[in-house]
Amino acid sequence: MNSVPLAHILFVSTALFCIGMYGLFTRRNIITMLMSIELMLNSVNINFVAFNKYLWPEKLDGIFFTLFIITIAAAEAAVAIAIIINLYRSHNSIDVEDATELKY
Amino acid sequence: MEASAIIFYCIAAFILGAGILAVTTRKIFRSAIWLLFSLVGIAALYFWLQVEFIAAVQIIVYVGGIVVLIIFSIFLTQQSGKEMAKPSGKHVLFSLLAVLFGLALIYNLISEYGFAEQASRPFQVAVGEIGMQMLSTTQHGFILPFEAVSMLLLAAMVGCIVIAMKNKSGNLEAAEPPAGKLMIHSDFTSSTTEKEA
Repeated sequence: MNSVPLAHILFVSTALFCIGMYGLFTRRNIITMLMSIELMLNSVNINFVAFNKYLWPEKLDGIFFTLFIITIAAAEAAVAIAIIINLYRSHNSIDVEDATELKY
Repeated sequence: MEASAIIFYCIAAFILGAGILAVTTRKIFRSAIWLLFSLVGIAALYFWLQVEFIAAVQIIVYVGGIVVLIIFSIFLTQQSGKEMAKPSGKHVLFSLLAVLFGLALIYNLISEYGFAEQASRPFQVAVGEIGMQMLSTTQHGFILPFEAVSMLLLAAMVGCIVIAMKNKSGNLEAAEPPAGKLMIHSDFTSSTTEKEA
């Protein structure tokens, strides 16, 4: 039934997490950084579902964790975009290098 | 190699390719569209894993909600045709090094660790069972996180409105912090009465 070993699914999610991390490190635009964070959250969800399916198929805990992570990611994205729009109103830019009031 | 394995590797290549393009494209709108493809690919992976409910939630919430929100904010905040500044070479080099070392470390850990897979038992996710366990108050129920998440969503909704709301300069009502929720309503009614007058 399980034609692909669990390790390969974990490799995919690890690679996706690393792609998100690379985006978070190199991008300087807040919206694209938020998109990288979404990629990382999704890779974690894949891990939860894969572990639940392969190691504890009689339970549903991984499914519930995935559902709650999706919910919290949606709330986080909404709040982040509200902050981005507010930042754009006050600074006229959403580059992280331009928001330096709290730096010094 | 079985057909389902081939399908899995195709889905994985699609997800990773779209993800790489999403973080490296220099046009922000294309980046959002590649992110959309990557999320659709993840939903396909959930279908492949036979968790149809999670796949549906993924499509509804991520593809239908978050990506649309991101595209709206792109349209609100910048010229989508303009190319973003290229990250400096040193930045890219060290980010790549950090990411590749992290990937190699985790790859090593996963391939060394032998997972005790139990392929004999089938994995059935009935939507009714998810609902029953989500709202059950017994030991393995998830009613408490469910309620906590509902409060979180309410707080996020109110917070979004308050953060993104334009505060009018010179308005005394807007400066009063404790009347946060009433202020919206009174603002609304006062503006409509002004229009009527």
